[in-house]
Amino acid sequence: MSGQGIAQVLVYAGVLIALSYPLGLYMARVYAPGFRPGWLSSLENGFYRLVRTDPAKEQDWKSYSKTVIVFTVVFFGLLYAIQRLQGHLFLNPDNLKGVPAHIALNTTASFTTNTNWQYYGGEYTMSYLTQMAGLAVQQFVSAAVGMAVLVAVIRGLSRRTASELGNFWVDLYRSTVYILLPLALVLGVILLSQGVPQTFSGHATATTLEGAAQTIARGPVALMIAIKQLGTNGGGFYNSNSAVPFENPNGLTNFLEVIAILLIPASQVFMFGKMVLARRHAWMVFAAMFAVFALGVAVALPSEQHGSQVLRSSGVNITQGHGQSGGNMSDKEVRFGIANTALWSTATTDASNGSVNGGHDALTAFGGAVPLVNMFFGEVVFGGVGSGLYGMFFYIVIAVFIAGLMVGRTPEYLGKRIEAREIKYAAVGALFVPTMVLTLTALSVVTASGLASVFNSGAHGFTEALYAYTSQANNNGSAFAGYGATNFSAELGTVALMLGRFAPLVAALALAGSLAGKKTAPVSAGTFRTDGPTFVVLLVGVILLTAGLMVFPALTLGPVVEGLTH
Amino acid sequence: MLRDLKSSLIAVVVLTLALGLAVPAAFTGFAQIAFSSQANGSLITVDGKVVGSRLAAQAFSKPKYFHPRPSATAPAYNAGATTFANLGPTNPDLAKNVRTAARAILKLERPFNPGLTIGDVPVDAVTTSGSGIDPDITPANAALQSRRVAAVRHLPLTAVQRLIDENTDGRSLRFFGEPGVNVLKLNLALDRLGGG
Repeated sequence: MSGQGIAQVLVYAGVLIALSYPLGLYMARVYAPGFRPGWLSSLENGFYRLVRTDPAKEQDWKSYSKTVIVFTVVFFGLLYAIQRLQGHLFLNPDNLKGVPAHIALNTTASFTTNTNWQYYGGEYTMSYLTQMAGLAVQQFVSAAVGMAVLVAVIRGLSRRTASELGNFWVDLYRSTVYILLPLALVLGVILLSQGVPQTFSGHATATTLEGAAQTIARGPVALMIAIKQLGTNGGGFYNSNSAVPFENPNGLTNFLEVIAILLIPASQVFMFGKMVLARRHAWMVFAAMFAVFALGVAVALPSEQHGSQVLRSSGVNITQGHGQSGGNMSDKEVRFGIANTALWSTATTDASNGSVNGGHDALTAFGGAVPLVNMFFGEVVFGGVGSGLYGMFFYIVIAVFIAGLMVGRTPEYLGKRIEAREIKYAAVGALFVPTMVLTLTALSVVTASGLASVFNSGAHGFTEALYAYTSQANNNGSAFAGYGATNFSAELGTVALMLGRFAPLVAALALAGSLAGKKTAPVSAGTFRTDGPTFVVLLVGVILLTAGLMVFPALTLGPVVEGLTH
Repeated sequence: MLRDLKSSLIAVVVLTLALGLAVPAAFTGFAQIAFSSQANGSLITVDGKVVGSRLAAQAFSKPKYFHPRPSATAPAYNAGATTFANLGPTNPDLAKNVRTAARAILKLERPFNPGLTIGDVPVDAVTTSGSGIDPDITPANAALQSRRVAAVRHLPLTAVQRLIDENTDGRSLRFFGEPGVNVLKLNLALDRLGGG
């Protein structure tokens, strides 16, 4: 491992903290009722009049959940229709046909749930209209939905004897217009200046120096890539995602894109601290997340640098130095090298982003186990925009509960008593998705239709299937991309995508609704303190024990076997 | 329920028009004016003809040219259908592909690099890239190919090495990423210099 590579990782961590703290404080202001950004307020009020909502009127957890679900279902319909009809619509200079039904179904579920799993290659399947007015709109909106739900959940934690959590339309609008859009425009312009295309012209055709014809796909890429990274979406314009130079031309764009993956989720931790007036506690949550993130990089980076047995025994030079970064360069790009690809694969699965700047199927056994385990934890290490932190609340509640059991006192969190009902919601939130992942993976490897999707053989093939359902159920979207689309896998994936999004989302809102109704008790000597290092250790321990133990047997069959037998 | 449905229908239309059409159209207009070359794919033209893009590898097989990394696209270096190879780290096909690529390199380069062994072949030269159109090779890979290109073109090795240096994209801001040699730009520079 090079010092240069490690330095890049450390600078990454420093810049992430330096940017996310002020952004978090800004976001807390944005969601406060008194936020009035000058003339933009009239635009905002116009939106509320259009959707016929009174911004001052708030919703309880059931009403909020219902609006989220209805809104998503309506968007589902539109996105499906655009894909199927794109051949007859405008902005289709390369004359692409309608997307096949089962691919369109999976893709619609994938993008409306902030997942962006892709059973298609974007540049030769989706028209510019679909990419821009279908998929990229979801990259804004599905992110904003996650952010809105998080804010509602945080209100539940901070309010006393209340039932209202906020107005969905207000939270949606503010997330989109005051947070996502400005950040996307800034990042979009930078990406554009570095070489990410933004055009409505169809593909270019070049005559190469040796006289062959070369097709060069382009389109409205830059803005989509910006929001794809910022909104923990991950769905690229091109099939090879951010490994493609047109999505990610150089070291600078790579750095900014990988910052963008964790920027909003990390900021939300500080936003939370400000909103519930528990800044020290927020720092401890941040520390727990950061510890798991660092652990991931510390495993992935050396594994990739060490390379695979195939490469080592081939005799070629994989040693870092003398004009190369060496290591496992299979399905990786020269301009990123090992350190930046290992960092990306960790960050993209800590968050529910799922964009990749190298092929995950070609990662070494343990280099590939890191993204898999990260996702299996429910993407709570910063996590998806909104969904990461509300997912983390499940673990926090469980951690506080376990601490309460140990000292024999009724557990409290932020002054609220944690009782049977809250534990049930937290348990559903934390355990539903991992259970579903194991069930669907099992189903996919014992049926012939499921096995048809597997590309590599042996233990690695099993990992492909496990990865596919872990990624879709946790709304990540990264893939061991050899795992192929069949009608069966597309439909099974659709189930994983939808249930994986809405079960934890509703559980989080229910938890918040239940906590909002409680009184706040003053801190006493028996209260378990959530603002010290003991809490960090306990929280990390709970994550490792609950999700970690669930994935361990499956992990043994996949990456562990692969890593130990070769 | 009906109220939510009505609100949602309106919101979906408004958001799609705003975020899906108006904003991207304005952004594209800005891009075409402010960053015209980048916005259209960083195309390189020679004598008015498009010969490729700065950001996409293209096929080179003649010995007078530097060769890019292996590509898994169909056909190779298809910038209209990028893809990974997706071969797992223990896949026998990976071992076979690496061996085949290494043998081909040794056969091609040995006449110009006496005593060249497989241990001198950098890993990026025998592995597929992530995109299938990685425009770069490592400086180590370029150094390996430089003797052949110089000999075939009857150019002094130092002249070729100078061109390699000129067409090496260093780390961004001297810090981020890894250095890479842009193969298309390098080969264009060689053609301008002549020989071969």
